[in-house]
Amino acid sequence: MSHFSDRVDKALADDNLSEALKKATSQLVSRRSTAFSSLEDAENLRDIARNTKMKILHNLEDNLLKFEKSLQKNGSHVHWAKDAEEANNVVIEIAQKQAVKKIVKSKSMLSEEIHLNTALIKAGMQVVETDLGEYIVQLAGDKPSHIIAPIIHMTREDVGNLMHDRLSVPFSDEPEVLTRIARRKLRQEFLDADMGITGANFGVVETGSICLVTNEGNARMVTTLPKIHVVLIGIEKLVATFEDLNRFLKLLARSATGQKLSVYTSIIQGPGKGTETGPEEVHVVLVDNGRSGMLGGDLAESLACIRCGACLNVCPIYKNIGGHAYGDTYAGPIGSIITPGLRGLAQWHELPAASTLCGACKEVCPIRIDIPKMLLKLRQVTPPKVKASISLRMAIKCFAVIAGIPKVYKGFTAFGSRLLRFLGSKSWLTNNIPLLDRWTKVRDFKTPAKKSFQRMWQEKIAKDGK
Amino acid sequence: MMDQSLPDKAATVQLFHTCLINEFYPEVGMAVVHILERLGIRVEVPLDQTCCGQPAYNSGFLEETKKVAVKNLEVLSSTEGAIIIPSGSCGDMIIHQYRILFAENPDLLKKVDKVSRRCYEFSQFLVDVLGITDLGARLKARGAYHPSCHLLRGLKIKDQPKILLENIAELEMVEFEDPEECCGFGGMFSIKNPEISGRMMDNKISNLQASKVDMVISCDMGCLMHLEGGLHRKGSQIRVRHLAQVLDSGVD
Ligand code: SF4
Repeated sequence: MSHFSDRVDKALADDNLSEALKKATSQLVSRRSTAFSSLEDAENLRDIARNTKMKILHNLEDNLLKFEKSLQKNGSHVHWAKDAEEANNVVIEIAQKQAVKKIVKSKSMLSEEIHLNTALIKAGMQVVETDLGEYIVQLAGDKPSHIIAPIIHMTREDVGNLMHDRLSVPFSDEPEVLTRIARRKLRQEFLDADMGITGANFGVVETGSICLVTNEGNARMVTTLPKIHVVLIGIEKLVATFEDLNRFLKLLARSATGQKLSVYTSIIQGPGKGTETGPEEVHVVLVDNGRSGMLGGDLAESLACIRCGACLNVCPIYKNIGGHAYGDTYAGPIGSIITPGLRGLAQWHELPAASTLCGACKEVCPIRIDIPKMLLKLRQVTPPKVKASISLRMAIKCFAVIAGIPKVYKGFTAFGSRLLRFLGSKSWLTNNIPLLDRWTKVRDFKTPAKKSFQRMWQEKIAKDGK
Repeated sequence: MMDQSLPDKAATVQLFHTCLINEFYPEVGMAVVHILERLGIRVEVPLDQTCCGQPAYNSGFLEETKKVAVKNLEVLSSTEGAIIIPSGSCGDMIIHQYRILFAENPDLLKKVDKVSRRCYEFSQFLVDVLGITDLGARLKARGAYHPSCHLLRGLKIKDQPKILLENIAELEMVEFEDPEECCGFGGMFSIKNPEISGRMMDNKISNLQASKVDMVISCDMGCLMHLEGGLHRKGSQIRVRHLAQVLDSGVD
């Protein structure tokens, strides 16, 4: 895969992208704040949600076993998958047993995380994404760039052009027209499919229910029309009771899209029984894929994330580089924790470093996840080899020694100041000089003052005769 | 204003002048001194103070940070009175991050507690401790206030600087787009990720330019040094000023 800085360069060079991002994120941010202002006791609700989630995570194994029992009681089949490969194989096996050819999908970042589509296609099956955003992403041969708004990086014109190219329909940039075209195409897919795959927003331990939150209703078709429904759920997605679920739903919709509740909230409780509508078989795949490794550690808090995307929308880094620059399924501030957490820090150490720790994400997170704290933690444990260039490492080590001895520190900074002034000869350095070239790449460097504050202060004391 | 009776702890204060002010912006330190002395407060400057350690800390160098922080704690512990920090970012480091840094060392933690209880960011000290909102300053300009992130979200200081600015005669404070968005400095971030940092800086600068301001005022020289570098590169006439400089204008 390309290097982080190349992806950033590409993103920053794309004017279309920055315009699309700016518009969409600011809309989401303002909708969120309006929605929260109408929520009574919001701060309290956030505290409760955080506490309940942390409690579940504390005792995750027990809760998962209870959840499994409840699911089975409802007539669902339960599968466990420790990694992506196992998860993909479970799905493929279920499909092969029933000679499935065509699969419809809805709402699953987890399936992106484990690259399920690629595995299914390789196994000879046809997979169709049915949520509008994901459908467009699939048409483009692309990846989602936001947790809840997968095509936030595209303008209406982009989408119009894509549909015109791939589906041979007349160009339009009217959302209604585009949605209508997609809906018509998808209708037949639903009817033809033998299997539906969805993710899950929450799993309710007590009742064994799977909760799916959507705005388009496609998930309803995916979960009811085909004869088999497979649910992929990360092991961290549990809530204890319906009462808890209710709290999370209030927070999720408001944080994600600024709605009081999303348009559709589906609760799935096992296969359709007798005359009821619903699939004949429901399979729930509980996926670990690195999550249990984060339990109890410095990044455990990130498992409480309900994937609302609010932290992405307020993040000044995300807003400028978009989701694809992060290089993996989860983008933005929380992605900078989850990606190294799940996939390992060695390959992903640039992500935690690419933050100013401005704290906007923490402020907005409905679960009050302390994202900056974990980003710092990741910077601390980054393997020394990749941590920093040798020169930076040496500089910081010297700095620590020097700063620990005031006399030396003063002498050193005074020398540094003189050196910089000498190099600058004027009060500004504007071109690249060693060590400062990454500063002067985008801005000029003001050279140190001729007289330090401490000098001025000492002269003042002398003058005042103190 | 001068008659306001000061709480005991304000009789003598220590100035933690920060590295950037010491080396690059000494006039900001002097402005802080002027203001405090005008209020009848005795200012002391512990000359052995060093960096708060934030650059190393934010880059993940924990052990190195601890060394610097221990030294700093030692120096500050040996002084008395309130410690005034004209920087939200260094303030947050000493007040909040030292606690995390030494969480597992009860002795040092006690020291941190004692020191950090005496620490105040400059505007916070004026408004919350001294109860002063008008320093009698006068400055004819169109100004914009940039709340630096660590001041705003770390120390939760939001209104104090604005109140002080509102009371400056002839200073017209101007609104601009996305004032609370990070300017892209972020300490070492500005060097590690200059491209993203530069884009964030550009956004901030164009929002300031769109509001036709003469100066951008903040409580952190880090953000301001970065913005000033960008403004200079672009040949902009917008100046950067620390809150203390503005509050020290037109009073003599
Ligand atoms: S970290 Fe918080 S704000 Fe970000 S997606 Fe998760 S729940 Fe939402």
